[in-house]
Amino acid sequence: MDGLISFWEALPELVRIMLKIVAIMLPLMITVAYYTYLERKVIGHMQVRMGPNRVGLFGFRLLGLGQPIADAVKLMFKEIVIPSGANKLLFLIAPMITIAPALAAWAVFPFDAELVLADINAGLLYILALTSLGVYGVIIAGWASNSKYALLGAMRSAAQIVAYEIAMGFALVGVLVAAGSLNLREIVMAQEGSLLHWYWLPLLPLFLIYFISGVAETNRAPFDVAEGESEIVAGFHVEYSGMTFAVFFLAEYANMILISALSALMFLGGWLSPFQGTPLESWFAWVPGILWLLLKTFIFMFLFLWFRATFPRYRYDQIMRLGWKVFIPITIVWIVVVGLMKVNQAPWWFN
Amino acid sequence: MLENYFPVLVFLAVGLFVGVAAIGIGFVLSPNRPDSEKLSPYECGFEAFEDSRMKFDVRYYLVAILFIIFDLEIAFLFPWAVVLDQVGMVGFWAMMLFLGVLVVGFIYEWKKGALEWE
Repeated sequence: MDGLISFWEALPELVRIMLKIVAIMLPLMITVAYYTYLERKVIGHMQVRMGPNRVGLFGFRLLGLGQPIADAVKLMFKEIVIPSGANKLLFLIAPMITIAPALAAWAVFPFDAELVLADINAGLLYILALTSLGVYGVIIAGWASNSKYALLGAMRSAAQIVAYEIAMGFALVGVLVAAGSLNLREIVMAQEGSLLHWYWLPLLPLFLIYFISGVAETNRAPFDVAEGESEIVAGFHVEYSGMTFAVFFLAEYANMILISALSALMFLGGWLSPFQGTPLESWFAWVPGILWLLLKTFIFMFLFLWFRATFPRYRYDQIMRLGWKVFIPITIVWIVVVGLMKVNQAPWWFN
Repeated sequence: MLENYFPVLVFLAVGLFVGVAAIGIGFVLSPNRPDSEKLSPYECGFEAFEDSRMKFDVRYYLVAILFIIFDLEIAFLFPWAVVLDQVGMVGFWAMMLFLGVLVVGFIYEWKKGALEWE
């Protein structure tokens, strides 16, 4: 063990950072792959079907667990079609711009009190900046494809993302007011106490709005007019095939996981144990913090799938009305309420 | 202080690299047999009959402009939110004044119908 630590310390800084990044990215990629499997399985069972159950591993069926790997291999060997009228450079840059922020946002994400790659002061600002970059990928892809469906899908998608981004930003401001810090680790620390100290309770409207906006940001059902299979085929990525499509696909699921993890971090106390401050605390003291975080994240990830199986798609004007006329007024009012609570050091949460 | 940000920079580079590498692998492994039909834009099997970079609804511009205003507002709220417990009641009311002005603008947009979508 000592030898291992001294070996670790002897490594150059850059190599150490790279290894840490791989340690974050590899589990993330596996989660993305199996999240797609879970989606098909969960929605399948909700519709009284089996979901994928044919592709196994090593000659065994294993409930179709080989499916995501088979899908990935298939996509790798599919021809990449670049339409003749497309702007080739932008066409290829768009998926890269989409995936880079979806992955890089994890750089400041604290998995436990000490387990964070870059413990920077402006953590939340960085997250806000990177999640905003996603819209560039969409609009560039739509424009560069030189296809009507792609352009229409991109316009719809961009307007929708932009509208919900405001509600999302206001919800983040509420969290900031409550925690008084941009550092994600300190935001979690500020929620210490018990289940009732977590910010879901004092910031309940913001919590709900943040998650719903997150669903709209990622263009997931019931806000998936950007894809709208029955109207504009697949929206902004209709002209993409093979790996270029796979990259968009990866980014979408990575973003869903990111939104889930951030909701867990900011509103459900991140890695804090839900039994903190109760008589049960010592019983669950052996559970590592990261397990609580993963559990909370999983709840939100499941909600994404549940929404898709349950709700019919919104009409576009309904989406815009919800974003501009419902969410923004509520968030503004609630920021004032939280601000007043904070300034007056309201008991229980802010004293 | 700034060295805390170095891993972030590396992560951004790695994120970009993943995109480049994935698409690169795709180009290496996949066949490439283009023909003019395959490369034409998808329009439900019809020939594309006009330029696809067509006129679109002016409301998309409107949404974009409104977005800029509100996004800036959020950017102004960020530093205020962080130091709220230090600036106290005075700081709170100063920001309420600012928010009030923006809410007046918001109500104006609403009444003007800028937020209507049909």
